[in-house]
Amino acid sequence: MAFQKENFIKFILMVFALSSLFFLFLIFAFILIEGLPLFLKVGLKNIIFGFKWAPTKGSFGIFPMIVSSFLVTFGALVVGGPMGLSCAVYLSEYSGKKMKMLLKPALELLAGIPSVVYGFLGVIYIVPLVRNYLGGSGFSLIATSIILGVMILPTIISISFDALMSVPKSFREGSLAMGATKWQTIYKVVIPSAKSGIMAGFILGMGRAIGETMAVIMIAGNALKIPTSILDPLRTLTGNIALELAYATGDHRLGLFSTGVVLLVIIMILNYMANFGIKKKRLK
Amino acid sequence: MNQMTEKLYILFLFIGIFTVSCGRETSDRKDNQSPITIAGSTSVMPFTEKLAEYFMLDNPDYVIDVQGGGSTAGVQACINRTVDIGMSSRRLKDDEKSLRDITICNDGIAIVVHPGNPLNNLTIDQIRGIFNGRIKNWKELGWIDRKIDAVSREEGSGTRGSFEDLIMNKMEIDDGIMVQDSNGSVKEVVATDPYAMGYISLGLVDERVRGLSVDGVAPTTENIKDGSYKIERPFLFLINGTPDENTQSFIDFVLSKEGQIILKKEGLIDIL
Repeated sequence: MAFQKENFIKFILMVFALSSLFFLFLIFAFILIEGLPLFLKVGLKNIIFGFKWAPTKGSFGIFPMIVSSFLVTFGALVVGGPMGLSCAVYLSEYSGKKMKMLLKPALELLAGIPSVVYGFLGVIYIVPLVRNYLGGSGFSLIATSIILGVMILPTIISISFDALMSVPKSFREGSLAMGATKWQTIYKVVIPSAKSGIMAGFILGMGRAIGETMAVIMIAGNALKIPTSILDPLRTLTGNIALELAYATGDHRLGLFSTGVVLLVIIMILNYMANFGIKKKRLK
Repeated sequence: MNQMTEKLYILFLFIGIFTVSCGRETSDRKDNQSPITIAGSTSVMPFTEKLAEYFMLDNPDYVIDVQGGGSTAGVQACINRTVDIGMSSRRLKDDEKSLRDITICNDGIAIVVHPGNPLNNLTIDQIRGIFNGRIKNWKELGWIDRKIDAVSREEGSGTRGSFEDLIMNKMEIDDGIMVQDSNGSVKEVVATDPYAMGYISLGLVDERVRGLSVDGVAPTTENIKDGSYKIERPFLFLINGTPDENTQSFIDFVLSKEGQIILKKEGLIDIL
């Protein structure tokens, strides 16, 4: 009796576990079915390396958006990377229990704030700041990078923190016993040993930044051109889909799905890289 | 003990599922009226909502469901018969002519700037130049040496479509122009950025943004009505085939004097 129930529960749990895989498969299939026909019709090169996006007039080039997506992602890393890593190092190496108890929930809260709130704050505060002190319209690469940098902090911190914590204590003790100071130990021993995990955190942060939509639409300005300065507006892949989907029909709609395919491939590569990093760490 | 709690959980789960599914069935059926569904242009939507509110006040047993989605989506939904009425803020294209369009009112498109902007008038050619990327600096229009932060709408938008038809004259809107995805967002950008310029529905112009005269004609309801302000477009209701009784009575209400007065109060141009 008990055994049967055990099995029954196991089966139910397995069904739910597999359903997540099933949804992933559905999403893949759906995006590919909708997105691929246009690649066949217009040509891969004309979409990925095309400079002109005028879907109602038959141009589907999304190269500027690919570049813009990577630019904001890189910008977010420049803003959020050092901050996140410092926070993780502080948390794992220096902070006492009390500080940890304060910082950890705060970070979880930061992760839970909806992106539209970030976007709203960006429009109200960051954009005017950029406009008044740096110039341009304020809807810009730099404003977007700052907001995204803050948004990816929780991801970077929590994964880097785990990586730093998993460095064995004996490494630190060995280094200290050799006469190294605490900072030398962190800099020369702990961070290098946790390198692949920290990289994984950065890459997952990149994935979050490249996939962010709502906040980006609100502060990026969404101009189609490749930005030539950090004060220029830009449009990301996700922004393009969300901006135009409501009105799109026919080929225009397919074009947006093609944008989705490209985005999916980029995210897949990033996740693969992150997993690779984590695995390498475990093998060590 | 453990088994008891487990059983309780399962019981609660079933009760939960049961009540939810029951709730669905009963709550949607207030009466025998099926709701009138309307979808389409986000420019027309707020006004349709207002009209629906007034209509339901007088006829409490009608249910009107108004959704956005954009002009093109409205046309599509109407062709597929997923809605009773489609809304569009642009004229129908040739392949969409199977639908019947009813002009419920006209709307001007105002070229708006920040209230602190000293300019009052632009020519159509200047506006075209700005959005075409030929004129980039306010200095060229006789103001300070500062880049113009022009804001357009996204591809497929009815307002953008009308703007292209009425102003751009087959010229393309430049890639460097910013894009926002609703009248509201464009207005927000223009209201907060002193160097911005955009175009929005005239009905939405208030003290936070200022509408510019075009070729010397101010964007007012009177000037649109007598035809001197040229940048105007119709707000359309679209129907596929013969509408049912409920739908027809709502359309009649919108076209009646009462409905038109409501639209006029909202800053639109009535068709009386």
